Amino acid sequence: MMANTAQHPLLEVRDLHTYFHTFSGTVKAVNGVSFAINEGEVMGLVGESGGGKSVVGFSILGLIDSPGRIEAGEILLEGQNLVAAGEDRLRAIRGREISMVFQDPMTSLNPLHTVGKQMDEVLRLHSDLDAEARHAACVEMLESVGISRAADRLKAYPHQFSGGMRQRVVIAIAMLARPKLIIADEPTTALDVTIQSQILKLMRAQIADKGASMILITHDLAVVSEMADHITVLYCGNVVERGRTRDVIENPSHPYTRGLIDSIPDTTKRLDRLSQIPGSVPDIRNLPHGCNFRDRCPRAQARCASEEPKLMPQHASLMAACHFPLEPGDTA
Amino acid sequence: MTETPVLEVRDLQMHFPIGGGILDRLKLDSNGIRLEKPVVHAVNGVSFKINRAEIMALVGESGCGKSTVAKTIARIYKPTAGEVRIEGQDIAGYGFAEMLPVRAKMQMIFQDPFASLNPRQRVSDIVAEPLLEQTKTTQERAEVPERIGQLLARVGLNAEHAGRYPHQFSGGQRQRIGIARALSVTPDLIIADEPVSALDVSIQAQILNLMKDLRDEFGLAYLFISHDLSVVHHIADWVGVMYLGHMVENAPRDVLFARPRHPYTRALLSAAPSIKAKRDIKEIVLSGEVPSALDLPSGCPFRTRCPLAWERCTAERPVLQEVGDGQTVACHLIDAPERDIT
Repeated sequence: MMANTAQHPLLEVRDLHTYFHTFSGTVKAVNGVSFAINEGEVMGLVGESGGGKSVVGFSILGLIDSPGRIEAGEILLEGQNLVAAGEDRLRAIRGREISMVFQDPMTSLNPLHTVGKQMDEVLRLHSDLDAEARHAACVEMLESVGISRAADRLKAYPHQFSGGMRQRVVIAIAMLARPKLIIADEPTTALDVTIQSQILKLMRAQIADKGASMILITHDLAVVSEMADHITVLYCGNVVERGRTRDVIENPSHPYTRGLIDSIPDTTKRLDRLSQIPGSVPDIRNLPHGCNFRDRCPRAQARCASEEPKLMPQHASLMAACHFPLEPGDTA
Repeated sequence: MTETPVLEVRDLQMHFPIGGGILDRLKLDSNGIRLEKPVVHAVNGVSFKINRAEIMALVGESGCGKSTVAKTIARIYKPTAGEVRIEGQDIAGYGFAEMLPVRAKMQMIFQDPFASLNPRQRVSDIVAEPLLEQTKTTQERAEVPERIGQLLARVGLNAEHAGRYPHQFSGGQRQRIGIARALSVTPDLIIADEPVSALDVSIQAQILNLMKDLRDEFGLAYLFISHDLSVVHHIADWVGVMYLGHMVENAPRDVLFARPRHPYTRALLSAAPSIKAKRDIKEIVLSGEVPSALDLPSGCPFRTRCPLAWERCTAERPVLQEVGDGQTVACHLIDAPERDIT
């Protein structure tokens, strides 16, 4: 087992392609995405709507339904390919080895069951504990996510909790079976800032405490920059840039990443105008030839239209898919 | 003589009685059975003003009453008490017909660009609607199509977009349509309720830039409702911070971000994630959540979450007081600086 983890990263995604075959054309939602996460790492998966970040998360858990299909690629959990795994194997993995925290705490809990029953289910499926031990584990977990009077609260229904409290419950459920990897899809987007900061602190503490890894899917670069060790930036289903968080935030080499960072209003200085990325995300049923970003890119040249850029090493820890990458100090 | 503000709100209150079955409301106490009348205290005495070409932002968490303030000013709701003066004229008690000419001075932009446009109307009809309400002569109406073309061009859409339907547009383009609709009657005041929070960050920057350009071009005043402090810092001249229907701090933007005084403002600023290193203010971390507006705490509304609260905060509700540079704060710490942590 030890030798296994030394050889492989915890999770490795290789050249993942997830397509949706709709009547109006094939949507190439994920089109060749690769990344790896080691034990104890937090990776931020960022990008705008339509970038494919949630579909990557769903693909890892085998939650892609028709008309969607994983067309190609490998998802290796400790060396074992999940794309080839059957539904039984995936059911054993979901919740046990990989668990998920969804965006909307209002809809990700079952309103008809008590919180205690929903927590208990995880342990019933994924542990050999008897009822008493499961109850004790649920109480302990609920307390560790900051819910007081946990034994009483187990008997409550989701509607009796506020949004922030429900997200704590969802996190407690996700952590309950001590998974190796947590996929958190926009976990704080529906919450207010003061609650968001409580939840982020909680997630960080839980991960450090239990030694788990996390994929944090979000559109919010500020949240990622405070949480993640590495960042992977998606655009139109492709990885355009990845690297260590500080390198990506401070000196990105892909013009798209630069544009995203520059469009965030800076509270430390006052600019008259925000720099903006012109245009909008192209229709992913009908992507331009060459680089997907070229129509919006200030650095685009003829080569960008003819040749699709590949991920190449850039300065520091960065990898970027760009023919004309930025160097530190360049403006976009 | 000072200029008449475009908008002046004085001691605005908005309470919503909520229903529920008669059995739910029957309560038994020591005096026998009585019928409760629960009331949501959404806005409890908010005052501020906005001058021409000024942008005032209201910030706060969900449930703080910022959207209710916006909707009450737009007279979607009838205020429970208080004054709403548009260019000096108090519209708080106006009826439907009296509001019509006022709507030429004040327009609203909504949060959700998917829900705020009628899916069965063409863009040209959507944008023309407020204008047609305001123009009654045939001659004036004949000019409407040309005006629509100009408006669409001004917000960055083409003439060919005029004949399309909302579903053919992206979120950012739809928000541009909503802005064109608001501009159609050449208002002096635009009430924008979370206009960019449904948009991706790159599109958000486009819309914020457009809104600023329009302010400079037409001398528009905005009431800008947002929960996003970095957006507010970018666009606003004045910032009002709301908590549980109360204005707890109101100051020029630079003053508020450099020297926030109210513990809640400080907590908001320190909780906001940032890609930059943290600014140098003493961090206040809040525990717990906003209490119910059905049953406001006694004294200061913020005391149940405030790490610095003491007995006086329970006994006495703080009022807004001037602390210099146009900053007003509703907190007892102003009188007792020795209790502060800084």
